[in-house]
Amino acid sequence: MSEADGLMRLRLPIAVTYNWSAGPNATSHLAGLLEGKLIGKRCPSCLSVYFPTRNGVCPKCARILAEDVTVGPKGTITTFCIVNVPFLGQKIKLPYVAAQILLDGADISMQHLIQECEAEDVRIGMRVEPVWRDRSEWGPSMENIEHFRPTGEPDQVMGSESGAS
Amino acid sequence: MGLRDIAIVGTAQRPSEINSTFTSVELLLPTIQEVLTKVGIERQDIGFWCHGSCDYMSGQPFSFVSAVDAIGAWPPIIESHVEADGAFALYEAWVKLQTGEVDVALVFSNGKTTSGPINRILNLQTDPYMVAPLWPGFHVLSALQARACLEAGVVTQRQMAEVAWRSQRDGKNNPLTLSGTEMSVDELLSQPFTVDPLRAHDCAIPVDGANAIILAAGDAARRLAKRPAWIRGIDHRIDTQRLGARSMIESSSAAIAAQKAGVGKDRIDVAELHAPFTHQELLLRQAMGLSESTHINPSGGALVANPAMAAGLARFAEAAESVFSGSADRVLAHCTSGPLLQQNLVCVMEGE
Repeated sequence: MSEADGLMRLRLPIAVTYNWSAGPNATSHLAGLLEGKLIGKRCPSCLSVYFPTRNGVCPKCARILAEDVTVGPKGTITTFCIVNVPFLGQKIKLPYVAAQILLDGADISMQHLIQECEAEDVRIGMRVEPVWRDRSEWGPSMENIEHFRPTGEPDQVMGSESGAS
Repeated sequence: MGLRDIAIVGTAQRPSEINSTFTSVELLLPTIQEVLTKVGIERQDIGFWCHGSCDYMSGQPFSFVSAVDAIGAWPPIIESHVEADGAFALYEAWVKLQTGEVDVALVFSNGKTTSGPINRILNLQTDPYMVAPLWPGFHVLSALQARACLEAGVVTQRQMAEVAWRSQRDGKNNPLTLSGTEMSVDELLSQPFTVDPLRAHDCAIPVDGANAIILAAGDAARRLAKRPAWIRGIDHRIDTQRLGARSMIESSSAAIAAQKAGVGKDRIDVAELHAPFTHQELLLRQAMGLSESTHINPSGGALVANPAMAAGLARFAEAAESVFSGSADRVLAHCTSGPLLQQNLVCVMEGE
């Protein structure tokens, strides 16, 4: 409590601790990451492959996603932005690229960092691959992948991939 | 223009669990599929979807948005969400059906009540300036109310134990609940206090659960159910949120809601009251003027299975099922929300 200019201020912090359960579907995705595997889920109805697995259900078909499918590790940039603005707590050198990456075999894209190239060289259709952190740092997290980098393969013509994205 | 005739035509409830390893969406999806299958319709036949839940239960911001995955939003659907018990989502669906825009609505709710400290979480619905920072906890607040009721002589410890005994006895016959002990009223009264004057049996058992209800209007309801549970009256009233500014020993909002819903117009066969504490059931019975001839909470009620944010809609499901089966003709479903019976929603349903 502090008093200044006749105003009384109170700090009233609130905190609640939860036991959060990932659920059976996300669990295989997270367990895969512990082994360096990218595991998505296939909808039994529309056959779309989700990576990550959302809530373990296909939002189009309202069906439980039961079948594990290994995707990637390579993928294609579907869109990106170049971050030039510094902000509090920033760990990455500016400018850097945040991209949506469609992993091979997946039907929805996911966001990750693009490094090991100039930001101005990044383009839609560029082929990329993951760079994993040292295994000793791995957890059940996409942070096991430090970033993605260009593979040097020819660009993927966008629109030629099928899927739900 | 008069009101449309609207009825509950189907219900599904997921059996209660403690520390469920399923996500909220995974709890909901099979429950929603079950009610659709029971009624014999497809997702595409639902004109309006309404969801009741509270993000504080699962501890996940915007979890209600991801819950839309459980109903499938393609092709586009018309849906809504209330940050409240599913019973209030049912009220919204009833209003939507009254507009005449849709004929069939599906209401669903879920509560992962055991993944966090429910006693602390529910504290967050109190006044954020004067009450919540004290962290009184839900049991402590309710104990204050119970104490006031006991001192005023509007309830007795024995009456409270009788409510617990009856709820546990009936809950044992309900496979959806997690029933506790098999103690007599005298044995219950000899148990230690958890928060004096409340004993463990006076407080609802938090569980994880989900449920879903299908509502339909007019001919659609007659087509979808052999004996629809027709909503004859529904009303929602709120007492002030200032705990010191209202009487602790009566529930005026429940009394007005019951009167407006037409509870007193005829005999009520079954009343499913959403009372998370034994003394609150006694207060509700008094406020609504329910007589001895009314069977209170044949399901066991929220005392033996309280999936917060789904326990009120569960009362609607239980009451409607007793109409479907023919075991009751005129029933009451009730939901409370907020601390100490602050809000009360009362619905009267009848078979034809």
